[in-house]
Amino acid sequence: MKITDIEALENIANEVRKNIIEEVYQAQSGHPGGSLSCVDILTVLYFNQMNINPEKPRDEGRDRLILSKGHCSPALYSVLAEKGYFAKEKLKNFRKLGSELQGHPDMNKVPGVDMTSGSLGQGLSVAVGMALASKMNRAGCRIYCIVGDGEIDEGQIWEASMMAYKNKLDNLCVILDNNQLQLDGRIEDIAGLDNIRGKFESFGFKIIEVDGHNISNLIDAFNTAKQTKGKPTMIIAKTIKGKGISFMENQVGWHGTAPNQEQYEKAMEELARKDYV
Amino acid sequence: MDLDKKIATRQSYGEALAELGSRNENVVVLDADLSSATKTALFAKRYPERFINVGIAEQNMMGIAVGLSTFGKIPYVSTFAVFATGRAYDQIRNSIAYPKSNVKICATHAGVTVGEDGATHQMLEDLSLMRTLPNMKVMCTSDDIQTKWAVEEISKMNGPVYLRLCRLATPIIYDEKQKFEFGKGIQFGDGTDATIIATGVTVSEALKAQEILKKQGVQVRVVDIHTIKPIDEDIIVKCAKETKKIITVEDHSIIGGLGSAVCEVLAEKYPVNVQRLGIKDTFGKSGKAQELLNYFKIDAESIVEVVSKG
Repeated sequence: MKITDIEALENIANEVRKNIIEEVYQAQSGHPGGSLSCVDILTVLYFNQMNINPEKPRDEGRDRLILSKGHCSPALYSVLAEKGYFAKEKLKNFRKLGSELQGHPDMNKVPGVDMTSGSLGQGLSVAVGMALASKMNRAGCRIYCIVGDGEIDEGQIWEASMMAYKNKLDNLCVILDNNQLQLDGRIEDIAGLDNIRGKFESFGFKIIEVDGHNISNLIDAFNTAKQTKGKPTMIIAKTIKGKGISFMENQVGWHGTAPNQEQYEKAMEELARKDYV
Repeated sequence: MDLDKKIATRQSYGEALAELGSRNENVVVLDADLSSATKTALFAKRYPERFINVGIAEQNMMGIAVGLSTFGKIPYVSTFAVFATGRAYDQIRNSIAYPKSNVKICATHAGVTVGEDGATHQMLEDLSLMRTLPNMKVMCTSDDIQTKWAVEEISKMNGPVYLRLCRLATPIIYDEKQKFEFGKGIQFGDGTDATIIATGVTVSEALKAQEILKKQGVQVRVVDIHTIKPIDEDIIVKCAKETKKIITVEDHSIIGGLGSAVCEVLAEKYPVNVQRLGIKDTFGKSGKAQELLNYFKIDAESIVEVVSKG
């Protein structure tokens, strides 16, 4: 059931963007900016790359995805709903009391969520543990982990990176959602993050730099990662925070802000017209 | 109790873990560059393919253990109690306790009985920190036999467990035939003058105190609480009803540990006066373990004094 048609994948990604706006608008809470920047990555993974079956969300042999930047749950929930893990109607209860769709992903509440996340910096360690376990069990699973670029301020990311290299985890593919912005501003201004490629290269990763909104390029990058042996891969996905909504793009203010009715309507009109594609 | 034969619970842990490894191939062990001190080296030697040394990176260790657990592994994670529950608290909270990950955190070198290393390495808040986490079960074992039972027992439970272990060699209290039950305290004697409730290294101190008091004509009972959470409410309430006073004694802060847990039970179920012996809202210090037990008034002599004062 892998979709290979680029336009079909772009259409799914566009639906995912609409869902994100809907979720955050209905909740009047959530993180649209970073959710919109990782939409294309998630769409390619769930619809083109990963060995998964929504009918068997806990299948032992499945590939796993950890959204380490857990605040971008609207994107993950939206992709999972599109993939058929649960009914799309549930999205409008995002962040509301009684909903399974908690502010940050909960693996025990939402089918398809492979790891609970939210406290930044922790997902990559869990991914390393999964990749190790898959090798120990000879399960043949690939482990994907989406990390935010602001998130790599956390020291634990570098601890995990060392172990990924030491254990030659070629079944681990880390995707850095490199949208250049974190809550308080530009990543290089906050903690002096620059030369991200050089940093991870020196930690032993196979590095692939890619336009994180180009479906075709993303597919190629994931395929290259699959063929890489003896070391983990990091795909540095150059992305745009708020991608797809003109007034949200590259705006730090849309990190964790919900649109009002007027903004919501404008966003949905833009997505209907696919202005950004 | 054999006072001459002493063994530290960290040693019992290491031995039991190596044994468990032969019976359960899902058991994997993680350590943060302290395997010769935590005694996980005993496991590592026998099962190098199931031992992961992450280096001095406790936060990462917790996360890796979680990942392993999602594939059906049963990770035992070890380092000193201060680094396990202090440095990696958020990882334990958000990646282990909240998602109910099947990870066993077995931390050694708890309490002032670490000795000469001093305050930075003497963890006095671990029971408090772990007890407050939803989904977390908390144990603190008192001797070799009980520790070996616990190491196996927690492998059969699904979900997070914190097991507190110590560096100081302490007497072997139980014999091989002793039956233990998770969540059930063990009562020694049925004296009615006082109940001394202890856990971990202080259980043998309480038993020594019981002997001394007996010679003075004072009849006390001792309760070994190896499971701090869920705590055995029944035995605590029963002893409160049957004895004149309750004294708790622990090598841990009096805030949040055994003493607090006992008070919480009694305040709601059967209010009585409780005296808490433990570290009284201060950090530890360097010294010999036995000297420190006395300095912080949690040894047999101090217990006798408190009971005698009335």
